[in-house]
Amino acid sequence: MGKGRLLYEESTVTCLDSCIPGLILRWSFCHTVSEGSCSGGNVQPGDGACCDRSGYYDPAIAKSWTISADRKTYLFTLRDAYWTNGTPVTAYDFEYAWKRALSPEIASEYAYQLYYVYGGEAFNKSIKVGSKYYVQAVDAKGNPLTKKEGDKDVPVPDLKKEIDPSKNIGVRALNAKTLKVYLQSPTVYFLNLTAFPTLMPVCKAVVSKNDKWASDVKTYVTNGPFRLTEWSHNEKMVFVKNPTYWDKDKVKLTKITYYMVEDESTALAMFQSGQLDAAANVPVSELPKLVASGDAQILPYLGTYYYLVNVTKKPFNDVRVRKALLLAINRVGITQAITQGGEVPALAYVPYGIADAVPGSDFRKASQESFYKDNDITTAKALLAAAGYPNGKGFPAFTLLYNTSNAHKSIAEAIQQMWKKNLGITCTLKSEEWGVYMDDRQHLNYSVARAGWIGDYMDPNTFLDMWVTGGGNNDTGWSNKSYDALIAKAKATTDPKARMAALHAAEKILMTDMPILPIYYYTNPVLLSKGIKNFYQSTLGFVDWKNAYMG
Amino acid sequence: MLKFILRRVLSMILVVLIVASATFFMMRLLPSGPFAREKKLPPEIIKNLEARYHLDDPLWKQYVDYMKNLLRGDLGPSFKYKNRTVNNIINDGFPVSAALGLVAVLLAVAIGIPLGIWGALKQNGWQDSLVMFVALLGVSVPNFIMAVLLMFIFALGLHVVPAAGWGSFKQVILPAFTLAGYPIAFLARLVRSSMLEVLRQEYITTARAKGLSERLVIFRHALRNILIPVVTVLGPLIAAVFTGSFVVEKIFAIPGLGRYYVTSINDRDYTTILGVTIFYSALLVFMNFLVDLTYAWLDPRIRYVERKVS
Repeated sequence: MGKGRLLYEESTVTCLDSCIPGLILRWSFCHTVSEGSCSGGNVQPGDGACCDRSGYYDPAIAKSWTISADRKTYLFTLRDAYWTNGTPVTAYDFEYAWKRALSPEIASEYAYQLYYVYGGEAFNKSIKVGSKYYVQAVDAKGNPLTKKEGDKDVPVPDLKKEIDPSKNIGVRALNAKTLKVYLQSPTVYFLNLTAFPTLMPVCKAVVSKNDKWASDVKTYVTNGPFRLTEWSHNEKMVFVKNPTYWDKDKVKLTKITYYMVEDESTALAMFQSGQLDAAANVPVSELPKLVASGDAQILPYLGTYYYLVNVTKKPFNDVRVRKALLLAINRVGITQAITQGGEVPALAYVPYGIADAVPGSDFRKASQESFYKDNDITTAKALLAAAGYPNGKGFPAFTLLYNTSNAHKSIAEAIQQMWKKNLGITCTLKSEEWGVYMDDRQHLNYSVARAGWIGDYMDPNTFLDMWVTGGGNNDTGWSNKSYDALIAKAKATTDPKARMAALHAAEKILMTDMPILPIYYYTNPVLLSKGIKNFYQSTLGFVDWKNAYMG
Repeated sequence: MLKFILRRVLSMILVVLIVASATFFMMRLLPSGPFAREKKLPPEIIKNLEARYHLDDPLWKQYVDYMKNLLRGDLGPSFKYKNRTVNNIINDGFPVSAALGLVAVLLAVAIGIPLGIWGALKQNGWQDSLVMFVALLGVSVPNFIMAVLLMFIFALGLHVVPAAGWGSFKQVILPAFTLAGYPIAFLARLVRSSMLEVLRQEYITTARAKGLSERLVIFRHALRNILIPVVTVLGPLIAAVFTGSFVVEKIFAIPGLGRYYVTSINDRDYTTILGVTIFYSALLVFMNFLVDLTYAWLDPRIRYVERKVS
């Protein structure tokens, strides 16, 4: 293949519209096969307000911005940039895109990424009557009101409380080049979120006239370094350098072809026979060899692999039992002998790679790097004995649940052995198909279950706010009032130091109560031909080909 | 004949409708739904999504609506592949799977039938043992092992074909042989045993006694009679192979229809589950219908008309 052309592999792409239920490229490129917890690569067909490059903000369409003292009002000044159809990218495009993503009838899966914007959540929850939106009515007790229509429960709108998207949402184009954003509450990582696909602008002139704009390459108008010229579903996507891109002089690749290859071993075979230059997934068994030969690179990835414990169930309601399980795991053994992808044993929950309050510092290292020792069998045994199960005597047999995958199975088998050998307790392994596993997790129909979390943005909050009481992703039954209060405090605090202090304190509570057993911090191995230079993949898993070239 | 066809077509439609109904209700018994994610979506967003796809309607209404649309040929929007309909998915995937399937079936017929005949004619000879060995291999080696073996030898080792992908004829060869592996073996065994049986028939002895050449005996008299079992299995085989294989399409990165039989269930993509199931069952009953029609042509004793009793 010629210079400047690149062949890349990804698993599946489901949708290109940045706010229609699915997503723009990057998230639809989920590692569905291997992991389940989403976050994949992207080619940034759209350029948002700014791009985050691990810690510092790289201006994109916005050339500058000011933030008010209360950190709630943002004023973005846009540069001269153009859509692929030649029309300028304006603040109106941003305003339109955000409101479109929030409108309830569009039903965007990632609308919650815009809940930070004032009025965003209320609008997304509103009820549409005719062309107007209303707040759902409540009964005397404050419960949302519904009525029966046939066999269907329909929410009742409160016709006195209209939500007017042109007035009641905190995003407005003051003119073509100025975008004003007003937030619900100070959100320190808001700039980081502007690089998220849902917050990228769409070309209002095109999208407002054609609901299906993203399903056809001809109407798929974008503003990024590359433009899509061909899309054969489940086969390939072809991107070429975008001549209307504002920073086109920096773009060196002329063409990128994405092949949708679901099987990692197939991707490797294609890479080895020269059909691919790079691939997003690498078969674990081949990884050490490929790293040694320089064909694979292990990149950091902002995520933690852990086990959930159902704290509502005996004997797991005893923190000593949970700790005993935690300490009797040999993480170094698991990462070196099983996963082999350079994963780091997790001795805390929030992974490395997130900046703390002081610039250049790392949240993980700033306060307490580890909360326990790996493979601490003596303490584990003592704790289990204190809980009334000396040497595991009388400990009820339980099941360890994971979603069907060979990788999860190998790890579960190893941990099963460790618990048996170190603590004398027996668990049986239970593998479930994805949907069944999620259902059992959600309904606390398990004892111990495998889980993983990949950050949405570069802030500890993306890992910590999920464990609040009743949190949608808190599948443990765990609840701690002080923890909830600290997370609420962090959300309301604008002072970076006080905010981080609250988040550190929250993590400490989580690591004291141990509703979860961290195992390792993820990494992101990629196959990369030695000829590719300047490849960039963020720790959130977003691939950026803008500056890459074939050497 | 017309009456027979009419009756068969009606019963075919009925079968497909029963399959559609059974699938509709069975898939809704599966735990979880199309919007379950490891990162759970907020309940209000799930509500918006359910409203968009009318999943908040009572089940009977969803069923009636689906059936109405089905009769108009509309299989609905996919929940997973946003902006695409199930009709789109089948329109895109089926031609690819069918093209690959056609090559595989041709290979199976061109290799399996002669192998079977050869084995039967040389019964108990080394040729027969070889045929039976090949057949055993073809039946017992799973296609994912076959796929990887072929890829390893011919793409990575000999570099004669690309490892995977779709678009050129060279990329058809390995997946077609993988797909044809089992049918070749199956046909070879079937033809061999049918042939052995036919060769024992009296009319063959008669033909030989008449002094006909062995070639004429085999090709004119025996072959036609072994075609009936072959056609019987070819019908469902074509339906199965033309609609794609999950394993083969995954390993060779082929954008066919096969993947959806598995992925749509994992994704709880209700409309896609129904769409591909209905499509496959329709094709299957249609192929069986064709098989029945072919019988009449192959075997003069089979006639689909009521004879007038004079």
